[in-house]
Amino acid sequence: MRRSPKETEVAAGLVTRRGVVLGGIQLGFMGVLGLRMRQMQVTEADSYRLLAEENRINVRLIPPSRGIIYDRHGIAIAENAQNYRVVIVREDVEDVDEAIAKVRRLVNIDDRELERALREMSRRSPFVPITLADQLAWEDVAELAINAPALPGITPDVGLSRIYPLGPDFAHIVGYVGPVSERDLAQLQNPDPLLQIPEFQIGKIGVETKLEDQLRGKAGTKRIEVNAGGRVMRELSRDEFTAGQDLQLTIDHGLQNYAQVRLANESAGAVVIDIESGDLLAMASAPSFDPNLFVRGISTKDYNALRDHEYRPLFNKAVQGLYPPGSTFKMMTGLAALRAGVIGPRETVYCPGFMSFGGRRFHCWKRGGHGHMDFNNALMQSCDVYFYEAANRVGVDRLADLCHEFGLGERHDLPLSAIQEGIVPSTKWKAQVRGERWNPGETLNTAIGQGDVLASPLQLAVMTARIASGRAVVPRLIKSIDGVDTPVAEAPPLAVDPGILAMAQKGMWNVSNGSRGTARRSRIVADGIEMAGKTGTSQVRNITAAERARGVTRNDQLPWNRRDHGLFVAFAPFDKPKYAIATIVEHGGGGSSAAAPPARDILLYALYGDIPPLEAYPSEQRERIKAMHEEMALRPRLKPEAKPSRA
Amino acid sequence: MTYLVNQVQTVPTGLRKVLYVNWALVLLLTAVASVGFLMLTSVAGGDTGRWAEPQMKRFVVGMISMLMIAMVPIWFWRSMSGIAYLGALGLLVLVEVMGEIGMGAQRWIDLGPLRLQPSELMKITLVMVLAAYYDWLPLAKVSRPLWVIPPLLLTLVPTALVLKQPDLGTAILLIAGGGIVMFCAGVSWWYFIAVIAAGVGLVYAVFTSRGTDWQLIKDYQFRRIDTFLDPSTDPLGAGYHITQSKIALGSGGWAGKGFMQGTQSRLNFLPEKHTDFIFTTLAEEFGFVGGVSLLALYGLIIFFCVVSAVQNKDRFGSLLTLGIAATLFLFFAVNMSMVMGLAPVVGVPLPLVSYGGSAMLVLLAAFGLVQSAHVHRARNR
Repeated sequence: MRRSPKETEVAAGLVTRRGVVLGGIQLGFMGVLGLRMRQMQVTEADSYRLLAEENRINVRLIPPSRGIIYDRHGIAIAENAQNYRVVIVREDVEDVDEAIAKVRRLVNIDDRELERALREMSRRSPFVPITLADQLAWEDVAELAINAPALPGITPDVGLSRIYPLGPDFAHIVGYVGPVSERDLAQLQNPDPLLQIPEFQIGKIGVETKLEDQLRGKAGTKRIEVNAGGRVMRELSRDEFTAGQDLQLTIDHGLQNYAQVRLANESAGAVVIDIESGDLLAMASAPSFDPNLFVRGISTKDYNALRDHEYRPLFNKAVQGLYPPGSTFKMMTGLAALRAGVIGPRETVYCPGFMSFGGRRFHCWKRGGHGHMDFNNALMQSCDVYFYEAANRVGVDRLADLCHEFGLGERHDLPLSAIQEGIVPSTKWKAQVRGERWNPGETLNTAIGQGDVLASPLQLAVMTARIASGRAVVPRLIKSIDGVDTPVAEAPPLAVDPGILAMAQKGMWNVSNGSRGTARRSRIVADGIEMAGKTGTSQVRNITAAERARGVTRNDQLPWNRRDHGLFVAFAPFDKPKYAIATIVEHGGGGSSAAAPPARDILLYALYGDIPPLEAYPSEQRERIKAMHEEMALRPRLKPEAKPSRA
Repeated sequence: MTYLVNQVQTVPTGLRKVLYVNWALVLLLTAVASVGFLMLTSVAGGDTGRWAEPQMKRFVVGMISMLMIAMVPIWFWRSMSGIAYLGALGLLVLVEVMGEIGMGAQRWIDLGPLRLQPSELMKITLVMVLAAYYDWLPLAKVSRPLWVIPPLLLTLVPTALVLKQPDLGTAILLIAGGGIVMFCAGVSWWYFIAVIAAGVGLVYAVFTSRGTDWQLIKDYQFRRIDTFLDPSTDPLGAGYHITQSKIALGSGGWAGKGFMQGTQSRLNFLPEKHTDFIFTTLAEEFGFVGGVSLLALYGLIIFFCVVSAVQNKDRFGSLLTLGIAATLFLFFAVNMSMVMGLAPVVGVPLPLVSYGGSAMLVLLAAFGLVQSAHVHRARNR
């Protein structure tokens, strides 16, 4: 279209005006953009910077290494072993199923484990390493490493896991660790954030759980840079963890092993205590179990087998098991009566084989009766009638007081699970617990350690140590924590005249060494380390009058679980008491036949600090003992690798 | 014939044209593109081969085409305007049809080494055809309703096609681009007031259509608008991009975290960091100084274009120059507003900086037209 020059000028002027207006608007908008940038990058920069930091930095916990538990000589009982495992990173694997199949050709992965791994894999991000199998042998790891080029995304890895090198020996004392359960978390007020780490282990029973705080240590932290997907890009800084504190137990690993093996075929418990210091040298409970099974997570089948076993391997008989102490209680009855002066030290009681009381006959174990018995003889021959009479004179309450002084009915405070207090009956106890009045006939039952009296082997061992020393020996299980010795509790003298106590000790010497002693067969013949003990047999069934008339059924004719418990308490050497022991063999029959022999053998081991020489045994038993020791699968004593110190 | 023909003897000819090329503009375009190369290197973690080098090659090709287009007289391009527009429209229909046949939305045509987006082409050809229209239209008729309808149709037909792809960003740019050319041509203010009023009405209609059978935009577009209005409602979902982009920008501070030190971009918190969100990386690594510098470069380009347009007595040339400058402005203004959280995420690249072949080539070709108008304008001797 033709335009006049004038129109062209007008048009150009219009474009110029509009163009300048447009340019102005554009400039204005750019100003807005600039101001917005200024607002974000200058005024609010700090808050955005903070957000950016929060975006990229994650703080992760570094689990501490758990404190090591040693025996009194520095032998590791619980330590942290390198746990070789194989992990898979899903995103680095082309075909997960195929990769797993390849791995399974090299190492054994059980189905349960695999199922867990697959489940976890589907839940987690593809770059998170998932454990396929752990507790691998070094050979398996080597095999995997060799095949690494053919297995992208599969890597052998190493972590720390709890291991109990001495296996079942310390299962009941040290216990075991396991993964944190929902229940564990629910029980805690302020759970340590460490517990949220997958595969973190905490103590479940025994010392492992009771001293969890000391053993666990403090987590370290690392600040890591992550990308938007949560993948770790690099580590920015690191605060190392504080390792858990090492513990040293008072237990002697060799003695513990000997006791466990000696009792292995029985359902039994034994406690050896150092009379001077109160150190517990052995706390056996047989049969035992391998705590390592629990660390990995025990299978239901294995667990049920342990749980349902007639001999209750999961049960710690040394502190958790309560038994009528039977005749081992007679020292208490005698001492109570002598201390009260209700019976003279040389005063005799006539035993016709029974005692009539409240229209009932209380029988002595010896049907024909013992005749005239003083304290010493009554103890040696375990005459029931003497103690019926003594108890009747002193009364149950004064007896109970003495029992508490000797540690019965007391909860010895050790870092162990399920410690039982036991029962020392008294009129007050009966009124409180049963809401009934005391029946005087019960005093007679109590006198011979039957009726309501219940004590654990630990309590009986402490009782024996106190009889032997005349001091209130306090048991101690932890020798040192973190290299610092735990103090030996003071053992004040007991309020019993030493002369009276000496009579009880002498009576016990007679039990083991006297010509008519009930445990004479289980004596120690080596000079200077003679043993003093007391047998006990506690009935787990009532013997009816009719049965008694027929003649009491012999134990070996009864089913196992109706047989009597055999008990034996002892200390040695008699002249200078060093160690005390209490042994219970559940349904083992009589104390002299079932409990005294192993107790003597264990005590001898404690005295010699190793397998005792045959000279310590009565000559006629030496052949049998030699054969027995050869048969026992004992672990040779271990030498400490290094002084136990903080790792 | 126009004023230009009468004054043709004052237009440079032959090799002398090279002297009259707006070299300042060439320099500014190169500077902006260089910022792009730098940032593409940064987001690739220092790897120039990944994005920066292909981008440089395209830039060289684009620069050569720009200069070649600049050498061709502007009146030739004016005569080509209609054909170019129809061609772009045809391609737009073609991708629409291909999209119907193929799977889902397809926005580009594969030309071997180059993927041509007809919508990119349309932004420029629309400016061309409208400039040519107003060059032809007598001044008196410019604001007559009857003569306003053809440019409206020229704008809305491709807009509708683009919106159907669906590409909201390009649709907005087309309407704004067309409107700006009409504004510069002198169409009465009242039309613009009316259109803005209508626009508000349309937005209202779009929002009321939500959830009904006649819903005008896609759900994801609605979500983008929602998250734009309040990103905190969905910090890990659709609002994530805006939130992370703002964090990156703000955390850059005054002078930035340094080249390749941007944690947000390096650790993948930023989406589309080599394309639509590249400005975020620039702002994070070079801070306020870097961001404003780029803004200033763009501003100078606009300034030189406006100066060139004002000095140009040729109506087609000046309208074209203003239109193309406005297109550039719309690109970076929308993109920057988006990454700063001032506008919803609509998928508009940062011109000459974002990685992408056809956008850069088309834009440089458009600046070839600007250069042609600059070179071939009548000069008072």
